[in-house]
Amino acid sequence: MAILLSRRSNLLAVVVLLLCQLFLYATVSSSGSVLKQGGGEEFSEELLLKPFPDRKVLAHFHFQSRAPHSSSHGRHHHLFPKAIAQLVKKFRVKEMELSFTQGRWRYEQWGGFDPLSSNNAKPPGVELWAVFDVPQSLVDVYWRNLTHTLSGLFCASINFLESSTTYSAPELTFKPSFGNLRYGTLPREAVCTENLTPWLKLLPCRDKAGLSALMDRPSIYRGFYHSQRLRLTSSESGSDEVDSGIGLDQTLTVVLQPSSWRTGKTYSVETNIQPSWSISSIFGRNIPGKCVIAKSSNVYLQLDNGLVGELKNLERENAKYVANTFESEGFQSNHAFKISVTPDKVFEEVDNLHGKSTSVIYGFSVEKYSDSQPFDLGLTWKIPVVWSCQQAPLHASRFLMGSGNERGAIAISLEPTESSEGLPTSHIIDGRCELRVDIFQVVPWYIKVYFHTLQVFVDKQPRAMADVVDKIRVSPSKDKVSPGVMEMILKLPCGSKSAAFSLEFDKGFLHIDEYPPDANQGFDIPSALISFPSFNARMNFSEDEFLNNSPILSKFQHALQRHHHYMHSICIVFWIIAQCASEAC
Amino acid sequence: MAETEVSKKRKRPIVRLAVLLLSHSVLVSVICCTAGVFGLLLLPVLAKNTYISENALMPGSASSMLSNQEVSEANKLIKELNNLHSNPLGATTESHGIIAKYMSNLGAQVNNHKFHPQLNQFHPLHFFSGPDSGVMQENSTRSLYGINTVGIIRAPRGDGKEAIVLVTPYNAVKGGVRETLSLGIAYSVFSLLTRVTWLAKDIIWLVADSQYGEYAPVAAWLRDYHTPAFSNLDSLNTETCHVGNNNFESKISYGIRRSGTMAAALVLGVAYGNENEDTLGIYAEASNGQMPNLDLINIVHYLAVHRQGLRVKVEQFHWLLNSKWVKSLGEVFESLGKMVKTLNPDWKLGISAADYVEGAATLASSLYHQALGVPTGPHGAFRDYQVDAITLEFSLRISFDRLDRRNDFLLHGGRLIEGVIRSVNNLLEKFHQSFFLYLLTSPSKFVSVGVYMIAFALLVAPLPVVAASLYAKTLDLNPTSEKDKSATSNELGSVLQSWKWLNSVKTVFVVHFWGATVSLLPYFISQIPDSDPTTNFSVWILLSILSLEILRWILVSPSSHIYGLPQGEWAILKSATISSFFIGLGLMSVINFATAEIGALLMVPMALMAHPLKLDVRGQSLRSILRMICNLVLGVISFPPATFFVFKGVIEGFSGIKAGDFWNWVESLWAWNSATYLYIEYGNIDRLSSDKRESNKDAPLLSCGMLLLKEFA
Repeated sequence: MAILLSRRSNLLAVVVLLLCQLFLYATVSSSGSVLKQGGGEEFSEELLLKPFPDRKVLAHFHFQSRAPHSSSHGRHHHLFPKAIAQLVKKFRVKEMELSFTQGRWRYEQWGGFDPLSSNNAKPPGVELWAVFDVPQSLVDVYWRNLTHTLSGLFCASINFLESSTTYSAPELTFKPSFGNLRYGTLPREAVCTENLTPWLKLLPCRDKAGLSALMDRPSIYRGFYHSQRLRLTSSESGSDEVDSGIGLDQTLTVVLQPSSWRTGKTYSVETNIQPSWSISSIFGRNIPGKCVIAKSSNVYLQLDNGLVGELKNLERENAKYVANTFESEGFQSNHAFKISVTPDKVFEEVDNLHGKSTSVIYGFSVEKYSDSQPFDLGLTWKIPVVWSCQQAPLHASRFLMGSGNERGAIAISLEPTESSEGLPTSHIIDGRCELRVDIFQVVPWYIKVYFHTLQVFVDKQPRAMADVVDKIRVSPSKDKVSPGVMEMILKLPCGSKSAAFSLEFDKGFLHIDEYPPDANQGFDIPSALISFPSFNARMNFSEDEFLNNSPILSKFQHALQRHHHYMHSICIVFWIIAQCASEAC
Repeated sequence: MAETEVSKKRKRPIVRLAVLLLSHSVLVSVICCTAGVFGLLLLPVLAKNTYISENALMPGSASSMLSNQEVSEANKLIKELNNLHSNPLGATTESHGIIAKYMSNLGAQVNNHKFHPQLNQFHPLHFFSGPDSGVMQENSTRSLYGINTVGIIRAPRGDGKEAIVLVTPYNAVKGGVRETLSLGIAYSVFSLLTRVTWLAKDIIWLVADSQYGEYAPVAAWLRDYHTPAFSNLDSLNTETCHVGNNNFESKISYGIRRSGTMAAALVLGVAYGNENEDTLGIYAEASNGQMPNLDLINIVHYLAVHRQGLRVKVEQFHWLLNSKWVKSLGEVFESLGKMVKTLNPDWKLGISAADYVEGAATLASSLYHQALGVPTGPHGAFRDYQVDAITLEFSLRISFDRLDRRNDFLLHGGRLIEGVIRSVNNLLEKFHQSFFLYLLTSPSKFVSVGVYMIAFALLVAPLPVVAASLYAKTLDLNPTSEKDKSATSNELGSVLQSWKWLNSVKTVFVVHFWGATVSLLPYFISQIPDSDPTTNFSVWILLSILSLEILRWILVSPSSHIYGLPQGEWAILKSATISSFFIGLGLMSVINFATAEIGALLMVPMALMAHPLKLDVRGQSLRSILRMICNLVLGVISFPPATFFVFKGVIEGFSGIKAGDFWNWVESLWAWNSATYLYIEYGNIDRLSSDKRESNKDAPLLSCGMLLLKEFA
């Protein structure tokens, strides 16, 4: 009996030893690969902070992962999330963007012209678009599979986008595409931590180290705007050495109120002094150093051009500060505000076409900080400053007209903003100054839009459609099959004071089981998209090696050529025929 | 013997029942009418307690966040506005500036809305025009304008699809402490809501410029919000107004800012109370008897009573409170209730006499206001856009001069509004769970549609029975006379005979047509410049009689079948009239129950009693003379102007009645597009059947009714 036992224990010991050795070997080899990753995959993290005129602060996290094309490296990844790589490979995704958003981006207060807002302002709910590298006939199949995969990956009901009634294929206005782009939105998708957690799982350090450690759930969800975004680009190897492979950009944009409302009470109405804040006061946490495997880890503080211009004006007024020019002092400790940490770099926007004032960005590297000495950036205001963010050329709003249970109209109204007068407007074509505006709108099938009722008003006068609309593409909805899509390219005469479009619709008569739960809530018409292709949303910085390594700043410099603006979703309440089943009748 | 015959024919039970009803039509109509009136009187007894039906509302589940901090800020605004009133020069523009400044300091988006007040005018063909054809204004009103100030708080994490509206009417020119206090309440709530994190719907605060009445500015703003006129060249809101001399004034835009669909609207007002405690008045009736969802009233009532300790009241007819017969009726019901209780303790029909009187007075007022169709406050404008809205009127027991008292009032009022907004904010769906069709008998008791419809149905039920029995009788009469004649010409004759009712229908139609004409006449009369109501009224009467004579000359008199025709003839006419009357009432009860109920009360007895006067005069018996007197009295009473004067006389005393009053009343009804207007022209066509010379008004305007149906659906 005893002999038997000892034999068994011997065997066990041998097995355990073997296992330990295996494990050790594995860990050593993996750490070795991390060290020699330079040529292959890379990861960098950045955070941009920006004060807003309405006493709020923008925090924009940007995490970038890159992996060379999988064919050259087999199927193994060190840093790059395997789930994403598989998804790109399996569904032949060329480009994809997925965003989860809660709250509205306030274009009037937070600006709509800079690259930050035009890239990161997203419609409430979920928005997904993808470009596939497959023949056109297969695109729909790939899209359906992709939505299901993403749905599982992000714990969201993205799978509802598989139904052909929910997605569309824009051709004119959204992005240049050749029939392999699909676009879908879920305007009523609630966004919560369960969507953030899988998103964080894609990061190599998750939220345990580096900048993402700031993401204290209560504080980032307390904000006024919350948008988490994932953007994928992949290209075949061989074309360009730098761009080949898969690029994954994950951004989280939150707008937060620095002081809680209890303390907010104490400021008096007369002095509009901005609240002072620091990273720890906004997020309730500090940055405990960088994520070790990140190539770079930076924090930026941006003062936009309106603010800088205002500060310069104040400077000029106070003659005694004349000596402290911005350039020499680096602007960090002047009479208006104080930054608690000395910036490592200062970038100034140069050659802004129209501006005397240019925006300033302070760069801070987090690499030298650690757990014992965490990074905490603070901004303290000394005098009240009032400024406004740069706005898009037109302010667009969309609303419902009429009342009743039968019919109504969707109206889009465009009004020039104050800033548009100073802009180097538009193109002069045939001696006429015109402003090009693209509108893209998807309407669900149960809202039966009569596209022939499109009315155009410019400066409060009805106009013939041909005068204003350069190109229009309409695909009418089919009942229970596809939504109605309207794409318009407009040419508005410069200096017009207002423009309005209206489209009449009937509310469809739905079968009882086509109503969603809580049917009296109504149906949402997804956000419409308006873009100004003739404006460049980019900032020019003096050429710097640093810039190319920084994802945020290089995004600023090579921004999309388009300004995207979302007209927020509107809600139509249908009369519920089955209502009388409730007790009231 | 008789039984065997019936069984041989094997009539179905329903046919037998119909035959039974028809043969006893007089008895049936007497019983049904009495039961209908009794049912109406019984309604206060049958009222149920209200309850909050929508679970999502959860009123009062969160503790109030409004504190003295907000109240003191609101006091600052009140003080500043009151100082303005001490020097009236330029107070108008400055007060707008001050309110706008306070709003935008809170971080709200502010804009001004300029509107022209619409003068009350007759628009007889208004029914035809859709809602989005902007109403053209006269040049004379161009110079008059008012300015609303609108502030919008965007919900921090909301998507802006829904909004809650807060309205405070404010007259900048002669606004007193009352109005500034309601502004104070709204401001304190508004300033709290800019900081709270729980807000899911946007908040719109509309300071309505009430110098042209409280309704007009709200209606104008709603119209521009929902159906803006894009192509109006000389639009109001484009011109920037540089009246104010401070910079701030010029910065406020005049373009209308929007939020999403409105979930609910609250109109705030403050009144000088003369009662012993602080009370809150709820006004709910909107145009044409439309009511907001009962849940909205429920949450206000719940929060006011259980959280803020206010006494809630709804409108009552005070003259009914002291009337003796209501009291004695209440006592009868009380004793009846007790008796019923002894029979079965589970039947809870008992109600004390005092409660009955209260309930009856409230019910009568509720019925009256719904029937009249004139909204009881600015909230009526919202209901036209299917937004649930009520007016809350706070009244205080003492003056507002004492500051501590005023702060207390602001705190309670503000907390009530905060609670209501928080409740509505919880709503995921629009209000739909509770009742839309109800009559209030007290702030916490209501009669639902399922109950009050029974009384109405009983009242109306005799009409088809009597019509059918009359028709059946004439059919019975005629074939016998036919049989006496030769059998060969029977075929054609009987066909003609069976289509004889068409003739009567033609007569009815002509009279209706005349009624429609008469009801359109005021439009032309109102075009006469510089005329006072009395002359207008007499012109109207003259024209009506003239047109009647013309019509009779053209259409009716050539056949002159009314006179000297066999007895069956008038019976067919009566039956056609009663049927059309029944259809009219039935339709009206769908559009506006209260109007139909009151109409039925006035008309049904008369319609049933009607009998040719000539025959009665010839009859010479006591019965026919009694019937004649009844007919005359009923006919006079239900002649609309007579009804109006009698009613007014009962309420206010007969002393100060002028003929012009009726014209004014009609004018106001028309201005509000009231369905009651139909009844003004609603006379007794039956009298026409009895004697044409006793000429009189007229006819139910069914055609108009259909149009109205379209309008208000």
